[in-house]
Amino acid sequence: MAELQLKSHRFRAEREADWRRLERLLDKVERRGVGALGQDDLLAIPLLYRQALSSLSVARAISLDQSLVAYLEGLCTRAYFFVYGARTRLPERLANFFLRDWPLAIQALWRETLVSGLLMALGAVVAFLLVQADPDWFHGFIPGEMGQGRDPAASTEALRATLYATGKDQDGLGVFATFLFTHNAQVALFAFALGFALCLPTAGLMLYNGCMLGAFLALFVSRGLGFEAGGWLMIHGVTELFAVTLAGAAGFSIGWSVAFPGERSRVDAAAEAGRRAATAMAGVVVMLLVAGGLEGFGRQLVQDDRLRYAIAAASGLLWLGYFYWPRRPAP
Amino acid sequence: MTAVRDLARRARAQVAFADGWRELVTPEGVDLRLKVAAYAERFAAFAIDALILVGGLVLFTIIALLAGGATRAAWMGEALMVVWLLGLFLARNFYFMWFELRPRAATPGKRLMGLRVVAADGGRLTADAVFARNAMREIEVFLPLMFLGAQGEGIDGALITLGAIWSGVFVVFPLFNRDRRRLGDLAAGTLVVKAPKKVLQPDLSDDRFAAGAGLTFTPGQLDVYGEKELHVLEQVLRSGDRRAQAEVAVRIREKIGWTGPTDLPDRTFLNAYYAALRGRLEAGLLFGRRRRDKHDRGQARP
Repeated sequence: MAELQLKSHRFRAEREADWRRLERLLDKVERRGVGALGQDDLLAIPLLYRQALSSLSVARAISLDQSLVAYLEGLCTRAYFFVYGARTRLPERLANFFLRDWPLAIQALWRETLVSGLLMALGAVVAFLLVQADPDWFHGFIPGEMGQGRDPAASTEALRATLYATGKDQDGLGVFATFLFTHNAQVALFAFALGFALCLPTAGLMLYNGCMLGAFLALFVSRGLGFEAGGWLMIHGVTELFAVTLAGAAGFSIGWSVAFPGERSRVDAAAEAGRRAATAMAGVVVMLLVAGGLEGFGRQLVQDDRLRYAIAAASGLLWLGYFYWPRRPAP
Repeated sequence: MTAVRDLARRARAQVAFADGWRELVTPEGVDLRLKVAAYAERFAAFAIDALILVGGLVLFTIIALLAGGATRAAWMGEALMVVWLLGLFLARNFYFMWFELRPRAATPGKRLMGLRVVAADGGRLTADAVFARNAMREIEVFLPLMFLGAQGEGIDGALITLGAIWSGVFVVFPLFNRDRRRLGDLAAGTLVVKAPKKVLQPDLSDDRFAAGAGLTFTPGQLDVYGEKELHVLEQVLRSGDRRAQAEVAVRIREKIGWTGPTDLPDRTFLNAYYAALRGRLEAGLLFGRRRRDKHDRGQARP
């Protein structure tokens, strides 16, 4: 009954094998990655994709078989995202990130970084002055359990003891470092995400973070332990506070572009700022990993004040040089 | 000229908004017509992922505790603690990222619901976009949870309530924009669309189904219906629902004034009619005549 055969039926019969081959290859890629394909298959995919795409155009014009058109749409969409998707390998992607993308993202955020840093400094100065004037302010900035015995009621000797590790403190350093890292990274991510709410919550978080710092320093300075406390704080604090400042800056950049998108549409501005800030944030997590290590291990193992300051200064110079050394923009 | 084009584009966008379709034109010039995922599907996908995460973490914790109890060595307990803390952190922040960076661009939950993440401009879905959209979960999921979990009285209570309302805005954000994007989608320029895996079903006009009955229909009998009815008929045939098939067969026989053999099985009759109707409509298509439904009489459309 040859005359009963429809044109669309013949059309399908002639091309079905190719569609099925493309489908099989895509299944393989999606399950096991690009590595699972041989060279012939890899080269065949773009060709099969274009064939399927032209089949889709024809099918839409001549075929009234709904399921066929839906199948081709699904197949072409999958193939499209494979053919035009990124296929850089992980080592390459990591190299790009550390050599170019991360520092460039940080450089692009320099204004927000300044604002974020100034807010934190402002909080620190205000809290410092307030606590110096009246030690009771200390409890206003630092909730009870957080000080771990470091409060105005403690004796100077007890305070001094908190700055230096004794023998038994050296157990469990790994756990301590890991805890610090995960906790700080979570807070940084939180500050970043809060930026979307038009910057204000992030600004509050930065100020408050500065306040805790200022209150803490004021307490130790009032007992003549300012130099020692500075070393205790800065050995990891340079890295950690810098990372938190950058997290705040990343949040600001999103909130700012949502509030004031300029010439672009709000959606485009948010997406552009969000992606750039995300690159910076991925780096912030790395920085906090380093800071967690310095705080958990470095501070417990290095007991000398001057050495602590030296490590702090070195880490600060390294970060600044790494981020702000002029670089060629992405090709 | 540009104003006209602008208007046309806006009109198209309006249509897209109405039924959730998004245009995605490939560099080859073919529109792939993506459909934005429905709220229910996205919620179900997230619920599945949350279950997997929580279940996995509980299991992980139990295993860690058992292992810790079994060894008793101090350094072992320490190592376990480190692994546990890191595992918690990685699961919370990188579960979604890891799966969305893979070729399928979908977490297990999304995959089960037939969804995937795409860049809104149709370009590559980059790692920074995936990071941004998932970092935003901090304020979409964990901030409201924090407020729900917080307790306080008096002014504290009032503040917590205010905070819960404020954070609730982030949660219901997808309800108030076209494309149903959540905050993270906005910050990353991504969309969640339907990408179900479709199986190529047999062609119903195939000889195996349609022929054999040897039925013929007159042009008058075939002109009763249009494309829309053809598609309904296709669905009825593919669903395999015998009751529906019987009802439809009765209706069609009545409508076209069927005088041929009546002792045929409904399915055979419907298949023969489907093949004949599709043949006639497709022949029309080749000549540039499209008959959208039974009311379409081929007059010039406005």
